[in-house]
Amino acid sequence: MSNFDKIKSITIKQPLKLDCGKEISNFPLAYETYGNLNEKKDNAILVFHALTGDQFASGQNPVTNKEGWWNYAVGPGKAFDTEKFFVICANVIGGCMGSYGPGTIDPKTNKPIGTNFPVITINDMVNAQHNLLDHFKIERLFAVAGGSMGGMQVLQFVSNFPNKAKVALPIACTASHSAQNIAFNELGRQAIMSDTNWKDGLYDGKISNPDKGLAVARMAAHITYLSKKGLQEKFGRNLQERSDLKFGFDADFQIESYLRYQGSVFVDRFDANSYLYITRAMDYFDLTKQHGGNLSKAFKESKTKFFIISFTSDWLYPTSENKDIVIALNAIGADVGFVEIKTDKGHDSFLLDVPDFLSTIKNYLSTTYININERRI
Amino acid sequence: MKEEFKVISKLIDEKSRVLDVGCGDGILMEYLLKNKIVDVRGLEISKEKVKKCLSNGLAVVEGNAEYDLKQFPDLSFDYVILSQTLQAFMSPENVIKDLLRVGKKVIVTIPNFGHWKIRVDLLFKGEMPITKNLPYEWYNTPNLHMCTIQDFYNFCNNKGINIFKTISLNGQKTSKITPSNLKYKNLISELGIFLLEK
Repeated sequence: MSNFDKIKSITIKQPLKLDCGKEISNFPLAYETYGNLNEKKDNAILVFHALTGDQFASGQNPVTNKEGWWNYAVGPGKAFDTEKFFVICANVIGGCMGSYGPGTIDPKTNKPIGTNFPVITINDMVNAQHNLLDHFKIERLFAVAGGSMGGMQVLQFVSNFPNKAKVALPIACTASHSAQNIAFNELGRQAIMSDTNWKDGLYDGKISNPDKGLAVARMAAHITYLSKKGLQEKFGRNLQERSDLKFGFDADFQIESYLRYQGSVFVDRFDANSYLYITRAMDYFDLTKQHGGNLSKAFKESKTKFFIISFTSDWLYPTSENKDIVIALNAIGADVGFVEIKTDKGHDSFLLDVPDFLSTIKNYLSTTYININERRI
Repeated sequence: MKEEFKVISKLIDEKSRVLDVGCGDGILMEYLLKNKIVDVRGLEISKEKVKKCLSNGLAVVEGNAEYDLKQFPDLSFDYVILSQTLQAFMSPENVIKDLLRVGKKVIVTIPNFGHWKIRVDLLFKGEMPITKNLPYEWYNTPNLHMCTIQDFYNFCNNKGINIFKTISLNGQKTSKITPSNLKYKNLISELGIFLLEK
């Protein structure tokens, strides 16, 4: 990958105490922004990315040359309207798009840090990103938003910094990673770690990487992002460029070919160790436990307006888990809105062109921005 | 603006916390926010209507009052409003119980099945009545438990629910309902508005 020089980043100088007990300092946090910060500095939205995302939410990613992961939602006139709002998105620590992660070159050895990188948590990610507020001299964000792991960061952010965001949009997420979530992540990690190129995480990052393991991890995960109905409608039992079964183990079916393709393109843009670290962070996420078994306590200090969204066909972070957050918020009389959007697109819905979802967010944000300024709320 | 919403709004004190159960498009919520200093939340079963409310920045949660009122703690609202929805529940009795648990005061409005036009329809046509407030056929009505103002009055008395105020609405005309004029008001009111407390 080239064009890494086009990445913007801040260096976080002061020490950050991680949940694992270690401390990091003088580390880079890569970010990107969209739109303009207004004079009052009251129109900033911090967007958190999901497991395999990065800071390039919109436009073209200069490193991969692919579209930003939230291109449907972030941009001029879109749900997160960059004509009105200043959208900031950072690469999480542990990631591989310029932020401090296992792929960062250790100046002492001139090799990637690999598995010498400390285990990080959602809490650590959020604490690192909070430094962006100082960088942009933003007293209070208008909103924090994100789907999946991005939604977990939204919840953690509001819990850690109760009055730093006026609005919170956790989408298709959970307050506590379930056994099923952990199981799928473990499957992915095992695929990576059983690749002989993984070498206990100390591969060189250049010639021999655990690409096969990472591709299998992506294939397995990709299935969990889609719904059974969505898969059936898109692929059914359609054959891949052949009229009959070949009685072998090539990709006879379109779905096989599709998954293989998803796996193969993923390894070009993602680091296997980052995959291990970030899935681990998700598995460790349990905001309820952080607050002694009472999720409501996570939000007790906050005056943030919440808008929670789930999707009917999302079985990875199902409506029931999103609703648990709503229930915890209602238990303390928090200001909360919730809707379950009807779609067959599964967990991936939040990344896709789901008009109902996108238009509701767009209207909610623009109305709420006006209402807050008029002090109606 | 529906006359009913104006009457409801008058029953609510300033600076109250209000929950509108079955808030629909959020018209009453908007009206309360414009005309009163209140903190208002909504619960609504229809996704389309919830999306509309959220698009207008209203704090509305998608849910079914028969199950989802449970998430609200005891006496967490000063007023809970249930506008013309009671008749659509599987178990109106349980919903009322939950409303009285969640709200310090409860405002319930019911389309009055005791109105004279309905009685005349049934008496002379021998068919299930269809009116402006009850526009459905018997086979497609969402209204499972129709009642009259008198019925609801009796229900509250039997269950030991305090009725603070009962208001009759007939077209644009509002009037007080008292025990002495109840029989008459039950005949001429299209809508009954009750202010209750446990």
